[in-house]
Amino acid sequence: MGHAFSANARPSARWQFADRRRRQAVLRALALLVLCAGALVIVSPIIWMLSASFEHMTQVLSFPPTILPSPWDFSAYRRGFTFMPFARYFWNSFFIGAMSSVGGVFSASMAGYAFARLRSPDSNVLFIVMLSALMLPYTVTMIPQYVLFKHLHWINTFLPLWVPAWFGGGAFFIFLFRQFFLTIPNDVFEAARIDGCSYFGLYWRILLPLSKPVLATAAIFHFQFAWSDFLGPLIYINSGSKYTVSLALSLFQARYGATPWNQLLAVSLVAMLPPVLLFFIGQRYVLSGIVVTQK
Amino acid sequence: MVRTAPTRPAASRTGRLRTREALYFHLFLLPWMIGFLSFVVYPVLASLYFSFTQYNILQPPHWIGLANYRHLLTSQLFWKSLEVTLYYTLLALPCTLLLGLLVAALLNLRVRGLRVLRTVYYLPTLIPPVAGALLWTWLLNPQFGLIDYVLQRAFHIHGPAWLASPTWVIPAIALMSLWGFGGSMVIYLAAMQGIPQEYYEAAQIDGASPRHLLWRITLPMLTPVIFFTIILGLIGSFQIFTQVYVLTQGGPDYASYFYNLYLYENAFNYFKMGLASAQAWILFIIILGCTLVLFRSSALWVHYDH
Repeated sequence: MGHAFSANARPSARWQFADRRRRQAVLRALALLVLCAGALVIVSPIIWMLSASFEHMTQVLSFPPTILPSPWDFSAYRRGFTFMPFARYFWNSFFIGAMSSVGGVFSASMAGYAFARLRSPDSNVLFIVMLSALMLPYTVTMIPQYVLFKHLHWINTFLPLWVPAWFGGGAFFIFLFRQFFLTIPNDVFEAARIDGCSYFGLYWRILLPLSKPVLATAAIFHFQFAWSDFLGPLIYINSGSKYTVSLALSLFQARYGATPWNQLLAVSLVAMLPPVLLFFIGQRYVLSGIVVTQK
Repeated sequence: MVRTAPTRPAASRTGRLRTREALYFHLFLLPWMIGFLSFVVYPVLASLYFSFTQYNILQPPHWIGLANYRHLLTSQLFWKSLEVTLYYTLLALPCTLLLGLLVAALLNLRVRGLRVLRTVYYLPTLIPPVAGALLWTWLLNPQFGLIDYVLQRAFHIHGPAWLASPTWVIPAIALMSLWGFGGSMVIYLAAMQGIPQEYYEAAQIDGASPRHLLWRITLPMLTPVIFFTIILGLIGSFQIFTQVYVLTQGGPDYASYFYNLYLYENAFNYFKMGLASAQAWILFIIILGCTLVLFRSSALWVHYDH
């Protein structure tokens, strides 16, 4: 902390200052201690899960629980993935996640561009209408959407799970894009306009290349939402080959009878990997994306 | 843009540009508008209509007036599900808020390894709800679960049966959701880091103690963000479904029969689409009411800088 004390500060003030700095150092060390303990509590379930996935069932069920597997046993992964065709389910989830991610990023950034940069008499009204959708519980639209997709013969296909993302991509993301686009200086656009750039060119050649962080954030969030979604697949998917990872995981226990915890935890752990890895890859962007929406 | 338009031709040129711009505005908004009309506006209207009908999808809806609403408001299960949801919200929301603020405040002392710690606290929010719920089923297991083990080692007590106990099932689910407090924590931390340093320096020169800084600067400056997270948290916890569906299916003895679980069962187990639509609308009205009250109250405690 840079405290700017004037040169003619009285000696007592300087003593006070040194005292405060010492106190602050102690405070910071204490905070670090508390935070590390807290972090340990937060990660311990995941560590425990990791070790259990490498254990025999007898060791998983033993009490007190043990941290280190002995012996190391990798069969839970193999057996978990063959008991139900999880490779297939991972592909299904990837497909839905990727499709809704691409569609969501394009349609939401287009709408965000319109709200941030293009003027129209009805733009304020439409913006408020758009935001009002944020308050709407998903259950209000769930049933008519189901009826709609049933009429379209989309039940038991992936279409209801990713097509809506191509048409708007969610009010939250439109808002996210708009907020980010507003931070780009106006001069950039005016200069491009004078050079004869069209409105579409502004979007495609100026705005999108300047907005990589927020594009990455939205793509990651979209993928995570689609990957984690449970209610959607639960309602729309009913044939085994089309299950998503979340849906299959929820059925794993019931299918098995007595729960094979090591296998269930092994598969759950792999199911956590894509969103977690994606977060680590784009961490810088994602955290700044969260901040942008606050302004 | 043409700043001044003294002559008529230039003025009409500006007008033409305006219309072109408005045209493009609607062109770029087109995908959203199509989606909004077909996936939001139509469903909202249809759902409102369904809520006054008896509808099982196979036969066309049959108008029954307010019967669905009357049925719900006199149904014990409906009130039970509402009570369960409110109890959970009142338990989970304040804890998440306080813990999030506390950890954010500690991290904001600029401790070493801030980035790593922040990531660790944020980690649980990245875990898909189904996987998280399965993990917690295991953690909360009264025979071999980690939580019971910790309780035994640290306090020499046996934990309750958690998910099998009507008294403890809601606290257990709240505990699980508390695990994800990092989601609001990163928002608080970002907001704290956004508070201008000069405020603190000015206050310190005036002799303010650290406690003063917290109560007089940090917290007031955070109130808009706290307000925002309370509203989002409220909307989110009223609608919790996946975790409960996986953890308990509403049991034991309806002790965790959350609002949306009841709604889901009416809609997709019994195909009472009209009744479920009425439930959705009651929830919507509750959410609107709470948001409105919060907005009204915000004048009293939310501090806006601008």
